[in-house]
Formats: sequence, C-alpha cells, structure tokens
Amino acid sequence: MQYSHLDMLESKSIHILRESYSAFRNLCMLWSIGKDSTVLLCLARKAFYGHVPFPLVHVDTHYKIPEMIEYRDRLAMEWNLDMIYGENREALENRETFPDGNATRIECCRRLKTEALTHTLAGDWPRYRLNHATGKYEEDSDREPFTGVIVGVRADEEGSRSKERTFSPRDRAGDWDADDQPPEFWGQYKTDFAPGTHVRIHPLLDWTEVDIWEYIRREGVPVVSLYFNQGDGKRYRSLGCWPCTKPVDSDASTLDEIIEELKSGKFARVAERSGREQDKEDGGGLEELRRGGYM
Amino acid sequence: MARDKLSMNIVVAGHVDHGKSTVIGRLLADAGALPEGKLESIRELCRRNAKPFEYAFLLDALKDERAQGITIDTARCFFETEKRKYIIIDAPGHIEFLKNMITGASRAEAALLVIDAAEGICENSRRHGYMLEMLGIRQIAVLVNKIDLVDRSRETYEKIKREYAEFLATIGIAPAAFIPVSATEGDNIAFPSELTPWYDGPTVLGQLDLFEGGDNTGGSELPLRIPVEDVYKFTEGGDDRRIVAGMCESGTLRAGDQVVFYPSRKTTVVNSLEEWFMDADSSRRPREFSAGKACGFTMTTQIYVRRGEIACLAGEKPPEIGRAFRASIFWLGRSPLVPGKEYVIKSCTAKTPCRVTKIHSVLDASTLEKNPAAAEAKKNDIADCTFVCEKELAFDIGAALPTTGRFVIVDEYEISGGGIITEALGAGDTGSAASSAAVTPGERARYLRQKPVTVSVQTEEYGRKLERRLFEEGRIPYYAARLSDEQRNALTGAGVIVLTHGDAEVTTTGDMNADVTAILLATDNALEV
Ligand SMILES: Nc1nc2c(ncn2[C@@H]2O[C@H](COP(=O)(O)OP(=O)(O)OP(=O)(O)O)[C@@H](O)[C@H]2O)c(=O)[nH]1
Ligand SMILES: [Mg+2]
Repeated sequence: MQYSHLDMLESKSIHILRESYSAFRNLCMLWSIGKDSTVLLCLARKAFYGHVPFPLVHVDTHYKIPEMIEYRDRLAMEWNLDMIYGENREALENRETFPDGNATRIECCRRLKTEALTHTLAGDWPRYRLNHATGKYEEDSDREPFTGVIVGVRADEEGSRSKERTFSPRDRAGDWDADDQPPEFWGQYKTDFAPGTHVRIHPLLDWTEVDIWEYIRREGVPVVSLYFNQGDGKRYRSLGCWPCTKPVDSDASTLDEIIEELKSGKFARVAERSGREQDKEDGGGLEELRRGGYM
Repeated sequence: MARDKLSMNIVVAGHVDHGKSTVIGRLLADAGALPEGKLESIRELCRRNAKPFEYAFLLDALKDERAQGITIDTARCFFETEKRKYIIIDAPGHIEFLKNMITGASRAEAALLVIDAAEGICENSRRHGYMLEMLGIRQIAVLVNKIDLVDRSRETYEKIKREYAEFLATIGIAPAAFIPVSATEGDNIAFPSELTPWYDGPTVLGQLDLFEGGDNTGGSELPLRIPVEDVYKFTEGGDDRRIVAGMCESGTLRAGDQVVFYPSRKTTVVNSLEEWFMDADSSRRPREFSAGKACGFTMTTQIYVRRGEIACLAGEKPPEIGRAFRASIFWLGRSPLVPGKEYVIKSCTAKTPCRVTKIHSVLDASTLEKNPAAAEAKKNDIADCTFVCEKELAFDIGAALPTTGRFVIVDEYEISGGGIITEALGAGDTGSAASSAAVTPGERARYLRQKPVTVSVQTEEYGRKLERRLFEEGRIPYYAARLSDEQRNALTGAGVIVLTHGDAEVTTTGDMNADVTAILLATDNALEV
C-alpha cells in the first residue's frame, strides 16, 4: 500500500505523540486555538482513538479575539477535553502591556505569553481548570509541574523554528540552548531529564502551512471562522493577540479557496507570519523570545 | 484530482565552509522558492552589520551562526518541484557538530555532498560520506563547489571526481552525479552554466528530481515488524477496546492474521484494525496497514503484551532473539565508549541495560584507518563491538531490515551513539566469562526460546506435519512414534517439544492452525507474564 504525503506526515506525528505519552508522566499539550495546534489536537484524538489522555493548556493573554475563547470552550465541552488556562495576572492588573502603552511588543509577549506559560507549566502560578459539570473554570488544586509539553510549531514558520528538535529540552528557567541540542535519530529521542527541567515536544516540524490546510480539509478539522473571509474581504492567516495580529486582504472564504491562495494565488510567496508585528522589530527578536521559553 | 506528490528529504553534507548553506540558499532563490522580501531582508541585514551578502544566512538563522559564519545546527527548509515536495536538510560541516549532522542526515533518503574545488577533499568530506553510507543513504550526488575560484577548471573537477569516486567505491557507493557548481555565481544550481561548457550533466535542481523514491516508499513486502509502543485501554465513554499500538516499520497487517510477539513468543490473531476518524466515515476504514503507518489493532485472545515487544506475522521470517549481538557503531559521547561500563540500549521501543564485552576494531572515518587494538572508541569514532544486554531483545540484522536492526546507546541520560546490528551471537561467543555452574532449565529455555512440553498426536502423518510447522515457527520439536518414560524425560530435559502418541501435556485436535497456536502458547518462554 502506498501512503500519501499527508498520510506519512500524520503517521510520523502520531508516532511522536504516542512516544511522548509513553515517556512522560506529566504531559500536556499547548492549545493556542490556532489552526496548527488544533490540527495537533485532532492528531492526538487520532493517536489515542478519540480520547485525549492529557490536559490541554491555553495561555490567555486576555487580548485574544473573543471568538477564539468561545470556540475553545465549545470544543472543550464537546470533545470532553481536560482544559486548563493560565495567565499573567499581575502584569494584566498593573497594565504592563503593549496595548496599555507600558511595554514594547516584545516585552509584552515576554510577560503575557512566555512568563505566563513558564509559571503555568511549573505550577507556581494559578491554573484554571474546566469543570465539565458546570462549564466554568475553577482554580486547580493540582500544581504538579508539567515535564513534557507538546507544542504545534512548524519548522517553516521562521528561522529559529527551522532548527528545532522534535524533543527539545528546556532548563529550569524554561530557556532553550539552541547551540547545543541533543542528537536525535531513528525515532529515538532524549526522554531522560534532570528534575526541574522540561521538554518541548514538536510533532509538527515537518508540516508546511499548505499541509496543515490540506489536512484540515481532508479530516474535517473545525477551525475558527476568523480564518475565512466573511464578506469584508479580510481574513486572518495566523491568529494571535488582536493588537499585534492583522488580518490580510483576501477573498478566500472556503478551504478550497484558502489552499488555492497559498499554493498558487496571492500568498504563494508571502510568509505566513508577515502579519505578526513582533517578528519585525529586529532581526533575531523571535529567536531571543524563543530562547526564553516562547513557543 | 491529480494524484498528490510524494515528498523526499535530502541532506546537504560536507566539510566545514565548503558552501553547503550557500548552495541551498542559492537553490531556493533561483528556484523561486523564497517568500517575497526574504532575500532583500537578508541583504539589508548584511548591509547593517557591514558584512558581505551571504546566501547562507537564509539557512543560518541563529544569531551565533551569523556572527561566526558557521552552521551550528541542522535546518529544515521546504520547496517543491513539478515532481516532488522536498525537505532540504542543511547539515553543519564542523566536526564539533557531527551529532547535529547525524540528526539531520538520519532523516534523509538522498544526499548532496559538497566539496570545495579550491580546497579539495577534506577530512569531513570523507567522514560525512562514510556516515551517509552508515545511515543507509545510497543515493549521493557530489557537488564540486566554488568552481569559480579555480577558473572553472575541468581538470580540477576531474581530479576531485576521480579521487572522491574512488573513496566512495571503497565504501560501496556509486555516486549519482558529480556536478561542478558555484553557489555564489549560480553555475549549475538551477540553471545550466555557459561557463562550464565541458559539463553536460544535470543541474542540482535537475538532480533532485532524478533521485528515486520518496516518502520512504517500499517496505510493505518485507516481513511484518510492529514494535509495540503501548497497549491502550481508555475506559472513558464505555470504550472497552484493548488496542495494541505501534509504528508499522515493515510488512503488511490484515484482520485475521496470526501475529507472534517477540521476544515473548506469545501469539494471537488480529481481531480488527483500528483507526479513528473524526467524521466516523466508514468508507475510509483501513483494510490493511503497511510500512510507514502508525497503526493499532485488537486481538482475539487477551494475551498480555507490553511496550518493547515486536509484533510479527506467523509464517514470516522471525526476528533474532537474544541478549548478544555484534554491531557497527558510531560514537558521539563526550566520554569514550569503554568495555565493561553499563549503558542503556534503545532499539525501537525496547530498552535494556547492556555492556560492551569486546571492541574488535576502531575506525577513523576520515582516513578509513582501522585500529584493531583500540581499547576504547572516542568521540566521532566508528567501532565494531560485541554487546551483551541484560534483557532479551528481538532484533533484525541491519542489512536485511534497517529499522529493527539498529539501536541507540544512552550514556548517563544522553544519546551518545548509534549502532547497526551485523550479527546475532549465541551465549557462547560473547567474550564474557563463562559460568561453571550447571545449566538450569530456565537458562536452557531462554537459549532455546521455548519451554519443553509433550504433545500427543493421533497419527504419524499428522505428527510429522506438525513437527515441520513448529520447526518453521522457530521451535525445536521432535516426533517419535514410541518412547519409553526415560527417553521422554531425557528429551524434555534437553528442552525439546516432544510429539508422540498416548498421554501428554497437550492434546491435539487435528486443526493444524489451532494446534500450532496452542503449542506455541504452551511453550512460550515469556520473561514476564
Ligand atoms: N567564491 C565562492 N565562495 C563561495 C561559494 N559557495 C560558498 N562560498 C563562500 O564560502 C563560505 C562558506 O559558505 P557556507 O555556505 O557558510 O559553508 P557551509 O558549508 O555551509 O559551512 P558550515 O555549515 O559551517 O560547515 C561563505 O563565505 C560563502 O560565501 C562559491 O561557489 N564560490
Ligand atoms: Mg552551513
């Protein structure tokens, strides 16, 4: 039997998810609500036959487009997901953010995303867990650190991600030592680690943006409507916080049109993250953020 | 809809500074694969830092890489031709980063090996060539780069071609092409160069499409190997399936197939192939799983299997089972590999402590010089060693079934080496000191991979047939029409499966498949229940 390109990508990702599940006791998956991590979530349901045997963690910056949060909670209830969110309460209360005019974009990302993520994973800041009986989030008493964190980054997104390992170790502070990564071959990964450290697991490194959309179409993965033109000639190509992510001009309102636009249409040669402001401030800004623990 | 394209991973290897990253950057630029503004932003970055423009910066994205003008870690980049999708893997050439080169090259199906025309063949030109061969990459095209620096001299090109082809021949590789290129000037990268009229072979871009295969094609006609990753039972929502999950490394599996798990030798029949679909669309239900598929299945009998075993098909060539083997390894560890020290081996999903009992020889891959007297293997050495594991392993010979014939060596939590199994060894030839104690029934059962049992058959004809079938399953059966009690005891004492008439521990039914399964189960020498 000859499997297709998407079949092979799917199988490799499922293999990585299953290996992670075998290797880590405290495993979680980051769900940014974007198309990539939603595909990852569906791959997990596929790997574990309709179940997702670990919690999904969302870092809420409170600057997400409201529709994203509504979508997150709807799927969490529908798919019976163990849903957790975390946030940087202090920075939000003290208004130390870019939209408040008290931080650069990069500083804002560092506070609302990287710090919130690091502390939510470590368990030293509050975690909020969805109670399926009430549909409401409650502060979680479980503060065990997560030692394995599955993240949906792709190598084709930008330079530092193109250098990532499938199993990428982070030290106590969540820092990434990009210059000295462990070897990884033959489907064997570094799964033994010192206490206090954790591993980022990247099952989507080999996927391109087009692969993601073709998979969404093939499998019927539900994605937020913000990705589609709703009649105003605009759509989001990449989702983030609204102050720093701009929609692109596009008439694509169906999956077929999105895929066509990426393959041979107006976006065939335009980078996906070109709508993301924090990637622009200086060359290597994203690498710095990522060395500090950003996704 | 047109049949979708396959994809292929290509690694670009070679000595430090010979122009690997520049070749890829130029290829992406000339093939029109870069996003708009990308080249301009790199030009701008170089200008701001008062540096000459480098195509390599398209790949060398880390700050330290750009500061030092060197590739530290492998990068993946993506592009597409009419024929295929490619992931191009840029490997670092510096010896310090060999572990990163291997990380990248281990995923590739074909390679471009870059040699600087002015500098000629260097240490890592050969070492990388050797590593590619060891990692199982047989399709290699050699790029004689920086041809502009030698006035596009045919003579220089021919000399390098001659010498490097000779080197490749000694390691059994016939190169696909030797292409004279200039990555900075663009000669023969995406477009044929008018400045090398003496060359009429393919361009680099053309050569990519000439490589064969894609998406790791093949393997489904080989014996089945599914290393068990886990056995899932998610009770949520009343799901009571017990699903054996694993990657199908080779072979083909269908419902109704009889599988044997090794090393435990437990057998069962596949009840159903399991795959989950979001839309519960039954038209996509799988009828078979084959090489490359992350699969899962349920069993008709609830035998206990666990991670580390390999599911194989009864009647196909079984894997080797044992604790000792000989292997060709590459070592990446900071401290050398030494005999006697405890390491951990990971082979597919199996994991066991092990020791090296003998280093037969150590090879320097950059000179092919062999040292038969070496006491240890240092970082970046290749070595031929005997391993003895604490637990029994199921494995294959790497040349026959690559994915189940290799392993990694973990030293103090770090993956420090990789090996390809060249020979399975019996307990006698491991180089370890033999014990003087009497051989116990347990030891004998482990060695023979079976527990002795007596089986009664109705007729001699059936007894002989059954003997043949069990023998083909890898067991050691013996049919005898008449046996005294002493003879019977002597045979079972020797560890044999005795087929005879009259009273016995197992009674056959005449249904050959059912009888074979029952006997395999009864003689199964599982290490754990
Ligand atoms: N004249 C000339 N210079 C070249 C050519 N190709 C590469 N170079 C230069 O050689 C230097 C090294 O090129 P890289 O592409 O970084 O070499 P590399 O093989 O990737 O090096 P590592 O990844 O560090 O092993 C750079 O300064 C390039 O500009 C060529 O065809 N002609
Ligand atoms: Mg390089």
